[in-house]
Amino acid sequence: MGVKKKKHKMPEQNPKGRIQNFREVALGYDKRTAVEEAKRCLHCVNKPCVEGCPVGIDIPAFVKLVSQGDFDSAIRKIREKSNLPAVCGRVCPYERQCEEVCTLGKTGEPLGIGHLERFVSDHEMKKVFKKKKPPEQTGKKIAVVGSGPAGLTCAGDLAKMGHKVTVFEALHEGGGVLTYGIPEFRLPKEIVRSEINYIKSLGVRMEYDMVIGKIITVEELKRDYDAVFIGTGAGLPYWLKVPGENLNNIYSSNEFLTRVNLMKAYRFPEYDTPVRVGKRVVTIGAGNVSVDCARTALRLGARESIIAYRRTEKEAPARIEEIQHAKEEGVKFRFLTQPVSFTGNKEGEVRKMECIRMKLGEPDETGRRRPIPIKGSNFTMNVDTVIIAIGERPNPLLAKATKDLKTAERGIIEVDENQITSIPGVFAGGDITTGAATVILAMGAGKKAAEAIDKYVRKG
Amino acid sequence: MYEILRNEKLAEDTHLMEIGAPMVAERIKPGNFVILRISEKGERIPMSVFDFDRNKGVLTIVFKVVGKTTKDLSSLKEGDSIMNFVGPLGNPTEIEKFGTVVCIGGGIGIPPIYPIAREMRKAGNKVISIIGARRKYLLILEDEIKSVSDELHVTTDDGSYGHKGFVSDVLNMIIREGRKIDRVIAVGPLVMMKAVCDVTKPHGIKTIVSLNPIMVDGTGMCGCCRVTVGGETKFVCVDGPEFDGHEVDFDNLILRNNRFLEEEEKAKGGCYGSEKEKA
Ligand SMILES: Cc1cc2nc3c(=O)[nH]c(=O)nc-3n(C[C@H](O)[C@H](O)[C@H](O)COP(=O)(O)OP(=O)(O)OC[C@H]3O[C@@H](n4cnc5c(N)ncnc54)[C@H](O)[C@@H]3O)c2cc1C
Ligand SMILES: Cc1cc2nc3c(=O)[nH]c(=O)nc-3n(C[C@H](O)[C@H](O)[C@H](O)COP(=O)(O)OP(=O)(O)OC[C@H]3O[C@@H](n4cnc5c(N)ncnc54)[C@H](O)[C@@H]3O)c2cc1C
Ligand code: SF4
Ligand code: SF4
Ligand code: FES
Repeated sequence: MGVKKKKHKMPEQNPKGRIQNFREVALGYDKRTAVEEAKRCLHCVNKPCVEGCPVGIDIPAFVKLVSQGDFDSAIRKIREKSNLPAVCGRVCPYERQCEEVCTLGKTGEPLGIGHLERFVSDHEMKKVFKKKKPPEQTGKKIAVVGSGPAGLTCAGDLAKMGHKVTVFEALHEGGGVLTYGIPEFRLPKEIVRSEINYIKSLGVRMEYDMVIGKIITVEELKRDYDAVFIGTGAGLPYWLKVPGENLNNIYSSNEFLTRVNLMKAYRFPEYDTPVRVGKRVVTIGAGNVSVDCARTALRLGARESIIAYRRTEKEAPARIEEIQHAKEEGVKFRFLTQPVSFTGNKEGEVRKMECIRMKLGEPDETGRRRPIPIKGSNFTMNVDTVIIAIGERPNPLLAKATKDLKTAERGIIEVDENQITSIPGVFAGGDITTGAATVILAMGAGKKAAEAIDKYVRKG
Repeated sequence: MYEILRNEKLAEDTHLMEIGAPMVAERIKPGNFVILRISEKGERIPMSVFDFDRNKGVLTIVFKVVGKTTKDLSSLKEGDSIMNFVGPLGNPTEIEKFGTVVCIGGGIGIPPIYPIAREMRKAGNKVISIIGARRKYLLILEDEIKSVSDELHVTTDDGSYGHKGFVSDVLNMIIREGRKIDRVIAVGPLVMMKAVCDVTKPHGIKTIVSLNPIMVDGTGMCGCCRVTVGGETKFVCVDGPEFDGHEVDFDNLILRNNRFLEEEEKAKGGCYGSEKEKA
């Protein structure tokens, strides 16, 4: 049986057209392509792909069902392990996870596991979730703080185990970064909402507008619930700490993306929240977040959208696919460039960015070559909007309000291998325990915590 | 959903609103603020607390109509609801027995001064309040402030009522009289708070101001509300809203608060003018 060496291509909106809208760029496989792609799987006995998936989806099993055209059973197979397949099929860095270790990758391209996962979850999305018959109730109550992928996964799994779960979310909508951070054109919000509806259909209660640490403390939650899970993410932006950074039209990536995604500023004035994007937008940093900002800026009408990064493309942490998408759309990259100051006009609006050129030195502790400023290489760029996207760390609000909760460097909450914090009965996972990472890792942590919580409350 | 229990017009473009929010009412303290959103397409806007009734589960805000959201809010009636109401946010006012405390409220800064003065007095301070408005008919809550102060001074810019001039002028007078002041708390337009700080700084009187930058989330996530205090960038929503006024870079904040002027005009469709106080 001749196996096709290449993955079936994901159909996409063409770059010229797509920067005029916020609709999803990747369009998804049709049925025939999905079945054809699924047939490429070798059904390896040792299933390396399953090892590569942080939540352990039984990949060959669901793929087999796809190849047989039984999409309903395929999605059920995935849902045994994952509560958010429509999300993961879109934003998972599968090229570094399940697909990286796929046997097919040794002789050609790996199986399109992410694309197939997306296909079956889209197929399911077209149906309505029926309220499931609830599992036998344990009578245990669990509070989950934060409704990002870590919190939602933990909540969903605990509900499936028969516990009564309430999720407390600070914002007015659930999903965490999936809702306020990742743009519509990569992850439509309708999909996030539908995944949350699925979690609710399992019996989970969502409480919005609840900033834990302010309206209720963790100690109080402990009193009213048998266990607490903290999945509050890494929502605190880093700054460059250079002169002029507080000028107008300089945003953190969080502010920029929250205005556009959560508050729907791209539909201003139909929606009330504004965002201002000038003609020449520079985004600092080259991770997924920066690429999202630069691509969003184009869609909001920027004539030029530039990414400035202090290292080179090789060290850029963003997914290759995302950088590719950005380039197709016309985002320009300025590598080995680091801002040293900003200056503005009399209205306080940023007008110029002074930069210094960098060169690469020895590898640092992350294994990437360290950028070193070249003395005297300063130069100035005209800019009218700047987005700082150089990373995030945990928001200290909750930890500060919770004495006895141990935190480590950069404010991450300390947990053991079972996601248990320094307070008995309080668990944590996701970006809050690792620093900014990925959706699937946050889900993996939520899953692990759910198991540990289940054990803990059944014992107690 | 949070029910509007009362909407009373206090003065031109100024409304007092009671909102049913039992959990927030139970926790809120003077100096805290809330963020509300009226409906699905609405903006999140911050509001200070004017009063609260923990037993009834009611929280009272007083606001000035300056743009789209406050306009929409002012048109809501008893029995209507708003979609989101988040609080308590920010840090409460530091209340202690300091001695003599001067509480200063200018314009829409008068309401938040009320619970602060009340608690300061309960804590055993002598409370001197100074409140000011541009004209007599814009002055609000005089009786309420009087009821929680040992001494009250009123100013209007045009002299139509009380002292003619600014609240900072009266403060200056009091200081010159040689009276001992242990702490000043000022809430109001940025230019007013700046003027108050200029008056107290040479005398080394600790002066607390409550800042009102533009906000989005109010939980320390976006940095929209950032301000320079003592040379460092602070987020007003979580590090404030109250700061040592002598350390605040007011000029930068004044510019930052004007950064969406064009869009704000567009949002309200430019169809109603109000006597809005800039920054
Ligand atoms: C722009 C952007 C693009 C990204 N793209 C990708 C991608 O393509 N692929 C990928 O795998 N990863 C991506 N990531 C990273 C990924 O989104 C995160 O790693 C993941 O969302 C972390 O999940 P979490 O559940 O730990 O936290 P979050 O998603 O951050 O959710 C935390 C939630 O907790 C809430 N919260 C915080 N404090 C409190 C409190 N005190 N009380 C109540 N609620 C609180 C927050 O409001 C938030 O809703 C991206 C991140 C960003 C910002
Ligand atoms: C901590 C805090 C507490 C506040 N407490 C009160 C209060 O008790 N009563 C009250 O009336 N207002 C208060 N404000 C200000 C209030 O949030 C704004 O007036 C409101 O957001 C304006 O919304 P809008 O859509 O009606 O007007 P917009 O169309 O957004 O703005 C109209 C005008 O108001 C100015 N403006 C916008 N946002 C702010 C802001 N945050 N502060 C000052 N000016 C602003 C703009 O520069 C513009 O001139 C507070 C603000 C903060 C940060
Ligand atoms: S969840 Fe992510 S890692 Fe797991 S199978 Fe799906 S795409 Fe691969
Ligand atoms: S490693 Fe690749 S080919 Fe083998 S079972 Fe997994 S997906 Fe199929
Ligand atoms: S309003 Fe977003 S950090 Fe303060």
